[in-house]
Amino acid sequence: MQAIVASLAGTVFKILVKPGDAVKAGDTVVILESMKMEIPVEADASGVVQEVPHREGDFVNEGDPLVIVS
Amino acid sequence: MTEEELHALRARALSGGPEKYRERLASQNKWPVRERLLRLLDPDSWVEDGLLAQNQAPDLAADGVVTGLGRVHGRPVAVMANDPTVKAGSWGALTVEKILRIQEKAYDLQCPLFYLVDSAGARITEQVQMFPGRRGAGRIFYNQVRLSGRVPQICLLFGPSAAGGAYIPAFADVVMMVDHNASLYLGSPRMAEMVIGERVSLEDMGGARMHCTVSGVGDLLARDEAEAIRWGRQYLSYFPDNYQMMPPSYPASAPRTEDWSGVIPANQNQPFDMMQVIARLVDDGSWFPLKPLFAPELITGLARLEGRPVGIVANQSLVKGGVLFCDSADKGARFIALCDAFNLPLLFLADVPGFMIGSRVERQGIIRHGAKMIAAVSEATVPKISVIVRKAYGAGLYAMAGPAFGADATLALPSAQIAVMGPEAAVNAVHYHRIQELEEDARQHFIRQQQESYQKDIDIGRLAAELVVDDVVAPEELRRECIRRLTFYEGKARVFSERRHPVAPV
Repeated sequence: MQAIVASLAGTVFKILVKPGDAVKAGDTVVILESMKMEIPVEADASGVVQEVPHREGDFVNEGDPLVIVS
Repeated sequence: MTEEELHALRARALSGGPEKYRERLASQNKWPVRERLLRLLDPDSWVEDGLLAQNQAPDLAADGVVTGLGRVHGRPVAVMANDPTVKAGSWGALTVEKILRIQEKAYDLQCPLFYLVDSAGARITEQVQMFPGRRGAGRIFYNQVRLSGRVPQICLLFGPSAAGGAYIPAFADVVMMVDHNASLYLGSPRMAEMVIGERVSLEDMGGARMHCTVSGVGDLLARDEAEAIRWGRQYLSYFPDNYQMMPPSYPASAPRTEDWSGVIPANQNQPFDMMQVIARLVDDGSWFPLKPLFAPELITGLARLEGRPVGIVANQSLVKGGVLFCDSADKGARFIALCDAFNLPLLFLADVPGFMIGSRVERQGIIRHGAKMIAAVSEATVPKISVIVRKAYGAGLYAMAGPAFGADATLALPSAQIAVMGPEAAVNAVHYHRIQELEEDARQHFIRQQQESYQKDIDIGRLAAELVVDDVVAPEELRRECIRRLTFYEGKARVFSERRHPVAPV
């Protein structure tokens, strides 16, 4: 199990994966909106999505898990 | 002493430590200290001091450190290099004395100083002689601080740099670390477990990758010693021998490409790769990034424009939207001071939504960290050109050498926007109550209308009309414009303020 975390505080703008999806390192999995910028968050390792703990519109802080992969 | 005896003493000193340690080097992917020097320096340029130090002791060849003068690109440099085969490169009293003397030589000769570090730290058995006194190890750091900004100090880290020794890289201008071999820490994992109860691996605590990505003490992560040495030589090619000289010029070359189509997206909120802009500005093959893996939302690096060295500070919107954080501000401040110390003109490429906000960064001290970068930019008296590539919002404009910060020119690309904040945030801030009162349809219409009007207000045409920027140039014209302007600015007067020194934010 590994968490892909928010690189900075902001709002979850778009979630691009759902549980069961396969992701590769470098894939964009979530787009955050912060400081009026769209910030893509990339997977840092490959795996299968287990859980997406937030919904679009949620506030997340830096370091909060966005996608859990295994 | 007979001549034969001299040859024998020399041969023993040159061979280094005990054979078992010398044989181990290859399996550690390490070169012997003399091989490192051979690779670093121009052929037949080496003169050595203190080769015969500790020659009466059987296992202390040169007392574990090689010091002398040589040449890099034909230019004089001073060098100290630990020998990891002699008591693991640890410092005895004469090791320290040799390091002090080569530092003092670099000070007097005003030549760059290389530190080739691979050392276990202090030799506890000699601590009274080597640690606390006037000519003790502390003096090494005192000397480094005195040398800082006077001559380039370059640290190539091939092995450990432990405890007190960890400060040598910290006081150097630049640190190349060899992946898996180099490490830096105040207390070893063993000591951490004993003293504070933490269990951690050496790599996690003080490994090269950690320092080049997380702590920021390391600048460049090298694959092997050959790469670290090559980078050390290349780094020096951008710098003068000392603060009183100008950096050397090299033959010019054209940028890799000059096709700007599709590089800068029209949508201000969409990230793009600022390296594509840099590639279109600088001489092909001249880009030399510093701290590329640390706080990568800010790009800092050396390059050449028409053969002349410049320092580039650029926002990278691909990472964290290019927002400035505590680490990126520190990184920028250090780099600006480095360039200013050694007469490298600064080119700022701004695309910055501002400094990060929120409780997390306020607790980290984003204000005082940001102040460091703004102070560095203010104090830098080298020629400064600030290019507003896209957005420059809030104090981000200040940190990127905005018009109030002594920039010799503020140039804008047609895509530039300068404002206290972006249209979305500004309309919300100014019309908050009105927006709350309106019904949904009317609200959206109102917001759109206000944003459009705000957009017009911060359009670069209007800001040029108010003389906020000195010129607006097309991307294709930017390289030529910067080159031409820098030739005029190089003779500029360089006094900033009269005083002892600033009370700098830290």
